[in-house]
Amino acid sequence: MRADQAAIVQWVAPESRVLDLGCGDGSLLRHLWQERQAPGYGVEIDDAKVLDCVENDVNVLQVDLESGLSLFGDHTFDCVILSETLQTIHRIEFLMREMLRVGREVIVSFPNFGHWNARLQVALGRMPVSETLPYEWYETPNVHHCTTADFEDLCRRLRVRIRERLVLHKGRPVTFLPNLLGSVAVYRCTAA
Amino acid sequence: MNAPHDPSSVGAVHAQKAQFGEPLGLKGGATLPGFELAYETYGELNAARSNAVLVCHALNASHHVAGYYADQPDSTGWWDNLVGPGKPLDTRRFFVVGSNYIGSCFGSTGPASNNPATGKPWGADFPVVTVEDWVEAQARLADHLGIERFAAVIGGSLGAMQALQWTLSYPERIRHSIVIAAAPRLTPQNIAFNEVARQAIMTDPDFHGGHYYDKGVVPVRGLRIARMIGHITYLSGEAMAEKFGRLLHRGAPGFDFDIDFEVESYLRHQGDKFSTYFDANTYLRITKALDYFDPAAEYGGNLSVALARAKAAFLVASFKSDWRFPPPRSREIVRALLDNQRIVSYLEIDAPGGHDAFLLEDPRYHKALAAYFANIDL
Repeated sequence: MRADQAAIVQWVAPESRVLDLGCGDGSLLRHLWQERQAPGYGVEIDDAKVLDCVENDVNVLQVDLESGLSLFGDHTFDCVILSETLQTIHRIEFLMREMLRVGREVIVSFPNFGHWNARLQVALGRMPVSETLPYEWYETPNVHHCTTADFEDLCRRLRVRIRERLVLHKGRPVTFLPNLLGSVAVYRCTAA
Repeated sequence: MNAPHDPSSVGAVHAQKAQFGEPLGLKGGATLPGFELAYETYGELNAARSNAVLVCHALNASHHVAGYYADQPDSTGWWDNLVGPGKPLDTRRFFVVGSNYIGSCFGSTGPASNNPATGKPWGADFPVVTVEDWVEAQARLADHLGIERFAAVIGGSLGAMQALQWTLSYPERIRHSIVIAAAPRLTPQNIAFNEVARQAIMTDPDFHGGHYYDKGVVPVRGLRIARMIGHITYLSGEAMAEKFGRLLHRGAPGFDFDIDFEVESYLRHQGDKFSTYFDANTYLRITKALDYFDPAAEYGGNLSVALARAKAAFLVASFKSDWRFPPPRSREIVRALLDNQRIVSYLEIDAPGGHDAFLLEDPRYHKALAAYFANIDL
């Protein structure tokens, strides 16, 4: 499991109702069920990953996140998770509002573009490629990169209250200069 | 007459009939004094009787789901690509029941059967039946076969409506419902297509108000047109363009009203074929069953309330090119199930086949069904 996902499992209270957006092969949902008895649904658009979910026996809904969360009623989940998917979303503001509509709490993780290595590569005149940003610029599914500072600005703008933050590098928490030394950020937020 | 041995086929099969003497009260108010239901089975019912899967058919198909009849090697079942040893619905693991419905023209009691009150075919007097009535009849078949609870009920299109209705009529008797290319109710546009088909049949001079059996005629023209309309709605525009383009049947335009374009040839062929084996009175009743299906109707149109009593786990699947029951119609069902916190997965498959895609072998579709069935505990 990815380091951000291990952190997410710790943050989900037992028996919470969970919605995992961009759930991949469903392994996080499976962990949440096995370790937290948290029942949930995943949303995934990719055919191969949807099949993985069915094989993994997790509930998966093949719909496009860009069209919103109209399948889900208001406040129907304890926790809505967007793990390393934020950077692939076109309408981030819209989706953040939708997540806060259907969930009591949202957990968002993303690769931190403020990490020194990304900054250095840009300073040297190249788009960054790294463990957390593994794509060349011409083939990346990512459309919106941000730093931890950027994300926190957005939260303020959307009146989202950050309850908890964990910045990681190579699976270890980073507390000193996190926006410079952390490569992945995980936030737990609620409506203000 | 042996067909070549195919290890993934259930092989030679035969249709069976179950007789039910108890009267069956129908949703429309009429009562059938008793009835016969045609069915086929594949695989073995296990000792715990926990591996039975009911396959419900759509408009023109029958209980002949898989395999072939020994005396007709070309008679492959309509969902043979799904059902068989090693196929997604694996008959080595599951006991599969293909059930016909009442009102059909394929062996179950229907308009062409004798009305015990008169000793003559029912014809126009055969009652209008509904999806709910079909499920009642199938529940009696389940009793007859000693199946208390189905591991799954699966169907596409009108068959999917039965799979959904099972979860509402008998929530305790179905563990999984697999609802493919479905709609929770027809749109006015869907009903309009059905009405044109019915009018084609009823205005055929050979229809005789539905009492044509003893006149030695069949409303062939009406059936042909009804089927042609149906086929237009089953295929996507894209699939039609791919299949026929603007190919000319005779190589050049005829400047007459004989067949010019290949698509005309196709529709005429489908219409001709259909009119030789399908009964007009059955067609009228099946389209009515489609029109009337609306589980939300008695709950003020609220599907979420209507589905509250369902207990099954669901797999819902739709096809992007299906414009008869397009994906948003399946999403209505999914939304209602989510409102009730039911176990549900939903596939939206980007296959080109239109409404008929549920009968085709798209690998994404079949792999997902195989994975879903493999995860059903027995």
